[in-house]
Amino acid sequence: MRLQQFFFGIYPYIALSVFFLGSLIRFDREQYTWKADSSQLLERKQLRLGSNLFHIGILVLFAGHFVGLLTPHAVWAVIGVSDEAHQSLAIGVGALFGVLCMIGGVVLWRRRMYNPRVRATSRLMDIFILDWLLVTLGFGLSTIPVSVYHAFHGDVSAMVLLADWAQSVVSFRADAGLLDGVGLIYKVHLFFGLTVFLLFPFTRLVHAWSVPLTYLFRPYQIVRTKLVRYHR
Amino acid sequence: MSHFLDRLRFFKRIEGKFSSGHGITTSEDRQWEDAYRNRWRFDKVVRSTHGVNCTGGCSWNIHVKNGLVAFEMQATDYPRTRADLPDHEPRGCQRGASYSWYLYSPHRVKYPLIRGRLLDLYRAERARGLDPVEAWRAIQKDPEKRRRYTAVRGLGGFVRAEWDELVEIIAAANVYTIDRYGPDRVIGFSPIPAMSMISYAAGTRYLGLIGGVPLSFYDWYADLPPSSPQTWGEQTDVPESADWYNAGYIIVCGANLPMTRTPDAHFYTEVRYKGTKVVAVAPDYAEYVKFADLWMPVKQGTDSALFLAMGHVVLKEFFLDREEAYFSEYARAYTDLPMLVRLRPHGDGYAFDRLLRASDFDDGLGEANNPEWKAVVLDEDSGDYVVPNGSIGFRWGEEGRWNLKLERDGTRIRPRLSLLGQAHEVVEVSFPDFELGPAALPRRLPARKLTLHGQEILVATVFDLQVAQYGVDRGLGGAHVAARYEDPDVPYTPAWAECVTGVKRADIIRTAREFADNAAKTLGKSMVILGAGINHWYHSDMSYRSIMNLLHLCGCVGQSGGGWAHYVGQEKVRPQAGFAPIAFALDWHRPVRQMNGTSFWYFHTDQWRYERLAADSLLAPTARGRYRGHTLADYNVVSQRLGWLPSAPHFNKNPLAICAEAEAAGAETEQEIVNRLVGRLKSGEVRFSAEDIDAPENWPRNLFVWRSNLIGTSAKGHEYFLKHLLGAQNGVMQDPLEGARGTETRWRDEAPIGKLDLMVDINFRLNSTGAHSDIVLPTATWYEKNDLNTTDMHPFIHPLTEAVNPGWESRSDWQIFRNIARAFAALAGKHLGKRKDLLAIPLMHDSAFELGQAMGVCDWKRGECEPVPGKTLPLLKVVERDYGETYKKFCALGPLMVSQGNNVKGLSWNTEEEYERLKVQNGTITEPGSTFGMPSLGNDIQVCDAILGLAPETNGEVAHKGWEALGKKTGTDHTHLSSGRREDKLVFKDLVVQPRKIITSPTWSGVESDKVSYNAGYTNVHERIPFRTLTGRAHFYQDHEWMLDFGEGFCTFRPSADLRATEGIRDRIKGKPHLLLNWITPHSKWGIHSTFNDNLTMLTLFRGGPVVWVSEIDAKSIGLADNDWVEALNVNGATVARVVVSQRIPEGMAMMYHAQEKIVNVPGSNTTGKRGGILNSVTRVVVKPTHMIGGYAQLAYGFNYYGTVGSQRDEYVLLHKIEDAAIDWLERPLTPERERQLNPPGIGDLDVPEPLPLAAREQSPEPQGLSPAYGRT
Repeated sequence: MRLQQFFFGIYPYIALSVFFLGSLIRFDREQYTWKADSSQLLERKQLRLGSNLFHIGILVLFAGHFVGLLTPHAVWAVIGVSDEAHQSLAIGVGALFGVLCMIGGVVLWRRRMYNPRVRATSRLMDIFILDWLLVTLGFGLSTIPVSVYHAFHGDVSAMVLLADWAQSVVSFRADAGLLDGVGLIYKVHLFFGLTVFLLFPFTRLVHAWSVPLTYLFRPYQIVRTKLVRYHR
Repeated sequence: MSHFLDRLRFFKRIEGKFSSGHGITTSEDRQWEDAYRNRWRFDKVVRSTHGVNCTGGCSWNIHVKNGLVAFEMQATDYPRTRADLPDHEPRGCQRGASYSWYLYSPHRVKYPLIRGRLLDLYRAERARGLDPVEAWRAIQKDPEKRRRYTAVRGLGGFVRAEWDELVEIIAAANVYTIDRYGPDRVIGFSPIPAMSMISYAAGTRYLGLIGGVPLSFYDWYADLPPSSPQTWGEQTDVPESADWYNAGYIIVCGANLPMTRTPDAHFYTEVRYKGTKVVAVAPDYAEYVKFADLWMPVKQGTDSALFLAMGHVVLKEFFLDREEAYFSEYARAYTDLPMLVRLRPHGDGYAFDRLLRASDFDDGLGEANNPEWKAVVLDEDSGDYVVPNGSIGFRWGEEGRWNLKLERDGTRIRPRLSLLGQAHEVVEVSFPDFELGPAALPRRLPARKLTLHGQEILVATVFDLQVAQYGVDRGLGGAHVAARYEDPDVPYTPAWAECVTGVKRADIIRTAREFADNAAKTLGKSMVILGAGINHWYHSDMSYRSIMNLLHLCGCVGQSGGGWAHYVGQEKVRPQAGFAPIAFALDWHRPVRQMNGTSFWYFHTDQWRYERLAADSLLAPTARGRYRGHTLADYNVVSQRLGWLPSAPHFNKNPLAICAEAEAAGAETEQEIVNRLVGRLKSGEVRFSAEDIDAPENWPRNLFVWRSNLIGTSAKGHEYFLKHLLGAQNGVMQDPLEGARGTETRWRDEAPIGKLDLMVDINFRLNSTGAHSDIVLPTATWYEKNDLNTTDMHPFIHPLTEAVNPGWESRSDWQIFRNIARAFAALAGKHLGKRKDLLAIPLMHDSAFELGQAMGVCDWKRGECEPVPGKTLPLLKVVERDYGETYKKFCALGPLMVSQGNNVKGLSWNTEEEYERLKVQNGTITEPGSTFGMPSLGNDIQVCDAILGLAPETNGEVAHKGWEALGKKTGTDHTHLSSGRREDKLVFKDLVVQPRKIITSPTWSGVESDKVSYNAGYTNVHERIPFRTLTGRAHFYQDHEWMLDFGEGFCTFRPSADLRATEGIRDRIKGKPHLLLNWITPHSKWGIHSTFNDNLTMLTLFRGGPVVWVSEIDAKSIGLADNDWVEALNVNGATVARVVVSQRIPEGMAMMYHAQEKIVNVPGSNTTGKRGGILNSVTRVVVKPTHMIGGYAQLAYGFNYYGTVGSQRDEYVLLHKIEDAAIDWLERPLTPERERQLNPPGIGDLDVPEPLPLAAREQSPEPQGLSPAYGRT
């Protein structure tokens, strides 16, 4: 019980604190490390396939988790999405994009491990975080059969409990007890997922903060003035 | 302040807009810019340049940050040139700019290294209580111990060791070798002193003190054009690059200016803005072709045909159809064209013979001093035969008439060019021709009859002979002359040249006309820039002489903006007279031992045993041929015994023992020792080592290589070096040839394997030379030492300066050899003591000994004359060496500078004043002993200052003394040439502040002034100082017996030599599609000169490894695609590289750039089973007898001055594709079987015993397994 309290009552705050503070500090202090570390120059073909699949998968998964877990239960009711529909949607989208992400991830993993040029330029952390993501994803995918079983039996409780727990965390009222009735596989996945946040600032994942969307709308010429603000 | 907080202003980022919103203004943080600013920030700037092989002599600013070299930038603070000229700066190129990478690269040698097996052996012997020399002896006495480390040369297995221990081993080996075999078995090789003189001098000074032998390199590299000494008696003197700007017409031939003269090439482009026309002669579409107005795509190796045809046009149109006064007056004054030549009966007609001499006349034409060395002309005014001033006979033994003034006792002499109209008869003379094999072409020309010593003879002028040789019809009838340019059957017409060269006749005619017309109008401002592309051929003399002929016909040599501009190897040590005494220890011992590299390697790597070129096949039909049947090696033996070329080792006997035995037999004086030796040479008791070169007592035993990649890139016949000299894994694809057996050299049935006891490489990079050495010592790079640098591309003298301390455990070359000298002295004091050493010195150019045999060749060995040292035999001199004093002598400027003065090019002067000044400037030796009170040479800056203080180019007072000395010989006052700078005395610190312009000196033939650019031959023409030749003039004609025998009395077209290197090799590739290609190895774009091909920065620019270029048509014919692997193969070995398929290359030719190393990206060869080789794996050096002539005015030996050259352009290879799957990287452990298999499969498997477990290892006090017995290769 104590362990559960630690992992799902306290650990999420540790992970998220490190995630936010770590990112911020690294952004401020280590601008030259703030990058995706692309190895496209060293190998292109496998990267194109693997990276695209992986990114499409993981972005949808992230959005799905974000929306699915953090949208208050009442909102679903208002917009007319039943728990059953929500559950089917989560299983369907999760399975589809989870598999895409997994395929991409495996391609990337093989490339990282067995392409001599990519391997030689990989840091330990690059390999570790890819491994970690794949394991997390693996656990995530292995919750699907359990969820499907739940769905067949019209049982939405696990989903609701997980969402409630997530919302309890982000509203600073973390209640690890909510997870009492949730299957172990979900908890393991949760732990691995939370740890991704913990690791995030120390890895190349930080590039996720800096998607250069504004580049698309950037004017032709930007003049960075020499005048320091307080001189004006 | 905070990048994150800045981000919070996301929506207020834009502070203003402009250009209708296409631009915005922000005040984002700009701290990131500091990263780029810091990249170029530095703590200090130091001036240096790039040392070994670069000809640029560019001044660079080396920027140091945190104690490391961060980057280098071109310096732009040169002194100005002249008012009407563009400045030199900025100088530099991509290679130089990338050099800082090399300091910290993986190739850098960081610590002293030794072959682990050798160290094990040595320590075991030392542990037994032997002293270093005894320990070395114990290893050498046991063939198995010796083989253990020599047989794995090139296979890794190095271990790190301490400096002191390695220096001790080297010193012990030297002491042992000197004692057992003789000092002339200790050899050193280092090239191109001009680029880092102190580093060069360090090694040669050590060798000079112990009696070792530095080898020449300029000739070995084939960068020496022998035609230059042949024509002018001058090694190579050329205009500075700024003088290109003064030219009115330029032909560039085989010198890739933008690529290999990058810092100078701007003059080549700038001059075109003045309207100067540029014609490029090149077989491939080379970089310099792109700048040209006309490209003459000449077939490779036929350049002489092209220029001879131009000469044909000029002779006809500017001498015969009408006489261009400037040309004919120039010819009369500065060339041998008016000299008279004796004709001798040959067949039904005549053949040309030696020049007529004053001594041929009964009264010697009034000449008592050296009349046999004075040429004769027919005077137009008086109709008399007269001796004009300037012949070499005037240079020695008298004063005042060695000049080019055409007068005698105030009366004008007007030498007649042609005898036409004055002839007694028209005779038919045979001219050798080699186009389709040796033939003689009879041509008619005017001759006069003379009765000399009661005998009637015929004479003709060089001019008349030369016109006939060019095949120009003068209306005298007869065959082999042409009245029309369109006659393709007569050699040297433009139509004939078109057939040979592939260049359109109209282009040849027009270019010749324009070239001459420009020269006539500008008084000689037509220039030919020429280089390695045409110089590296076996018959390069012909290409060069054909160009020199054209230039002399047009009066261009010695005129600013005109003349020849040969840029290969840039061997110009400007302060030569200051450098030589220190470099060769002439301040302690005179004379010094030196050896010509090409002959040395030809013999000692046993390449002579594989000779396929028969000397007889080179003889002219008109040859007297007294040595018919001799092999090329035989000719070299004859040359050595006549005192023409040097020898090393000299004799089959230790030169110390020769003296010791003579003294034991009662000889007291030098003369008695020499007399005894002469007697024993005559009786055959003592023989020249070349007569039995493979005998163990004649092997070179110790070899120092520094500043060089001798084995990796400059070894023509690379695989033979590996096989015979080093005893290593090799790819030689043939066994010695019975046909190479000679009459002068003893043939031993078993060729030696592994002649060297010890090879030491001193370098900052671990290349193939280091990989094959036994000891590798880490040296300072060009940014880590103080040194001097000059070039002939510009008139400045540069420093190299220590920007950072030598990296890791490296030391400067001066320090290294100083340490070796110290260790040597300590051991030598005990083992050697004081010894007398006998030196055999050839008849040196620029000494009175150049007057050897004037009238023909007498060979004492054949009983034709007596062996006379210094006349018909090498000069024999005894030098006493106190070996225990070697270190002290190394560090002090010795007393001979005061007692014997200094000299250069036959001029000598007193240096007492400079010596005293150096005592003050450098400080003196304070340690009591033999060198107490002498100027110190302890550190490199002191050495720089000693050189600068002694040389006329950097000390105005010395220049004045030199010009005074020359003035005595010429009877003319030349001191005005340097008087404006008489007070100037440059010191090292001056050069560090700014590169300085040198002072005009008699060492060189050009002048440094505010009015003209430096140009070769300028003082010969403008001060009437003779060229240092037989006639004192530029020679069209070479009248030495051997020159005439080999058909090169006049320049003639000779096709590429047939080296037959692909014969008997075709079955090795089992009928696969292949190409037969001429193997051309020009200078490379990314790896030559200021950096090396394995510099990653440079490798990144192109293919990342060795490549061979092939024409796209050839490639298509055997299904080659770009970047395929190919193997080039012939009997000499094999090389494997990627292929570059390009339309730039003509068919029939493969191009592999020089100096691509085999340490990066080179797999095994499928044919040899050994590492896939380098450009020189498929070459073999071939010597030429005409380069062996000596003791004959300009044809006399000088170190790097005359002698055999190592050509490599005449080779052919079979080239075939290797499938990717068949590529073998040879990455397997070394097994005993592999170790035993030194040769490729099927090649004379030698009976090498199985390696035994080393007994010594068990006794070693050192930890076991210090070196892995078998490493990876």
